[in-house]
Amino acid sequence: MKRLSGFLLFSLLCLALPIFFPDNYYVTVVGLTVFVNITLAVSLNLLMGYAGQISLGHAAFFGLGAYSSAILTIKYGLNPWLAMLAGAIMVLVLSYVLSRPILKLKGHYLAMATLGLGIIVHIFFVQADELTGGPDGISGLPELSIFGFAINSDIRWYFVLCSYMLISVLFSLNLADSRAGRALSAVHGSEIAAQMMGIDTAKVKSHIFVFSALMACIAGSLFAHQQDFVSPESFSFFFSIELVTMVVLGGLGSTFGAIVGAFILSILPELLIVFEDFEVLIFGAILMIIMIFLPEGLFVALKNKVSETLAKSKEAV
Amino acid sequence: MDQLLQFIISGLTVGSIYALVALGFSIIYNASDVVNFAQGEFVMIGAMSAIFLMKAGLSYPLSAFLAIGITAAVGLALEKFAIEPAKNATVVTTIIITIGASIFLRGAALLIWGKEIYGLPPFTSNNPIQIGNATILPQNLWVMLGTAITVLGVKYFFDHTRMGKAILACSYNKKAAYLVGINVKRMLLISYGLSAALGAAAGLLVTPITFMSYGAGVMLGLKGFCAAILGGMGNSMGAVLGGLILGLVETVGAGFISSGYKDAIAFFVIMLVLFIKPSGILGKGETERV
Repeated sequence: MKRLSGFLLFSLLCLALPIFFPDNYYVTVVGLTVFVNITLAVSLNLLMGYAGQISLGHAAFFGLGAYSSAILTIKYGLNPWLAMLAGAIMVLVLSYVLSRPILKLKGHYLAMATLGLGIIVHIFFVQADELTGGPDGISGLPELSIFGFAINSDIRWYFVLCSYMLISVLFSLNLADSRAGRALSAVHGSEIAAQMMGIDTAKVKSHIFVFSALMACIAGSLFAHQQDFVSPESFSFFFSIELVTMVVLGGLGSTFGAIVGAFILSILPELLIVFEDFEVLIFGAILMIIMIFLPEGLFVALKNKVSETLAKSKEAV
Repeated sequence: MDQLLQFIISGLTVGSIYALVALGFSIIYNASDVVNFAQGEFVMIGAMSAIFLMKAGLSYPLSAFLAIGITAAVGLALEKFAIEPAKNATVVTTIIITIGASIFLRGAALLIWGKEIYGLPPFTSNNPIQIGNATILPQNLWVMLGTAITVLGVKYFFDHTRMGKAILACSYNKKAAYLVGINVKRMLLISYGLSAALGAAAGLLVTPITFMSYGAGVMLGLKGFCAAILGGMGNSMGAVLGGLILGLVETVGAGFISSGYKDAIAFFVIMLVLFIKPSGILGKGETERV
């Protein structure tokens, strides 16, 4: 139970917030974006933090999920859940096929290939306008409902997106303590050493790549229904970079780090709006300062500090 | 045939710019293992400073000269205030630092120069030159010539000067370089300054053709990164070659297949090259120490 105490506390906090602040803009509007971003950051952290494989194209899978839902429900009249499933299957196949050649690359070359993947998918969204609506995107997705219970208000979406986020977080936390998770961290440490211990590194990396892509894809489907609108802008190269920044800012390899990073990067622009023209400048400066002084990430640095102080106070006793 | 010639000319022009940006990437990467995502901002700052110095009434050559100086100073500041203090950061962390720096520089440019799009006059007359049915603007030639001279200059600097060799020594092994009396810190600073100056030169060359605004550096930086990877990260001449190939693939792809998909074609080709040769065209395979 102690292992998951952090998770339980976090879930309670998330679920209690709208009860105490039902009409707060930051809870019911910004909160939804925060949950989607947390889910994406957690899924990217599986790949980057656990397996040590950088991806600069994660937004592509998020976008593919969103566009599959939009296109299949509007143009082909498919049931939203079936559309979501179809999108997930497509991403499953695509990411599996791509994973082997892409993950054979290392370091900057891997960064380059994933970046290329993200940009190609984004260009497809913009250019294939007969299918995707081009730069204007597609709007008017059908309502999503669970057993006849329509998800049609901010507060209902809050609980749906929150649940999906919590499931992702729980999955990620549990993975770290499993056989697969340890295989991943062995790959992270040294691929050759992991192979020597009998780990099929190509398979392990490919599996986590597919999983991470699937998590992002379903987040994309939910996001499309919640926004009631998709456009290429939400899935650009910049968003991929932002996701990487979230993961690193909070602390690479730590699920709660990804949560903290996603939270900060989602909230910060809202808070910086008051600075108007200075917004971009300040945002860049904050990013640099955190990374220069806490290179291991905000959450991880804080956690280390706390456990250090605790250890000291125990010694004193 | 004429069409192909035309595409090759514009491809080499764009490619030259990518080559200069990629060369900047590879110099910084060699010296400090940092992939500097603010490289594109150097291009933008170089061009924008020159534009506004000219507006202030300075002559073209003097503005260009000062703009390169200003950009180099920004490069030095980046090293001094953002990279040096984060000495023990991992590769990913330094990437985020440079991304932060690029956002910061863009924000600063937005404040100073606003959102408008500006141009520079061409270096010499703007009368097109006809070769068969293909047309070359004198500025195209200037871009290629300027790039060729700069690249050869950089090559000479690294191959034949004491300081260039000292920087190379740092890139092979910092501790060993330190032990033979090389001022490693200073060499790092110089690499950043040099790399920023190269970016500014690229900006000055290209702005008479494509115009410039505060956000235009992003895409150029991205393409430069791709070119550097395509050629083999850390290999300077590979970076130049990568730039030229990228420019050619892009324009020929845009001309013969689809202009909307030109970037997609370019990235597709790069990915294909990497799948076949995972360390770039001129890159050496890496060995991992367990």
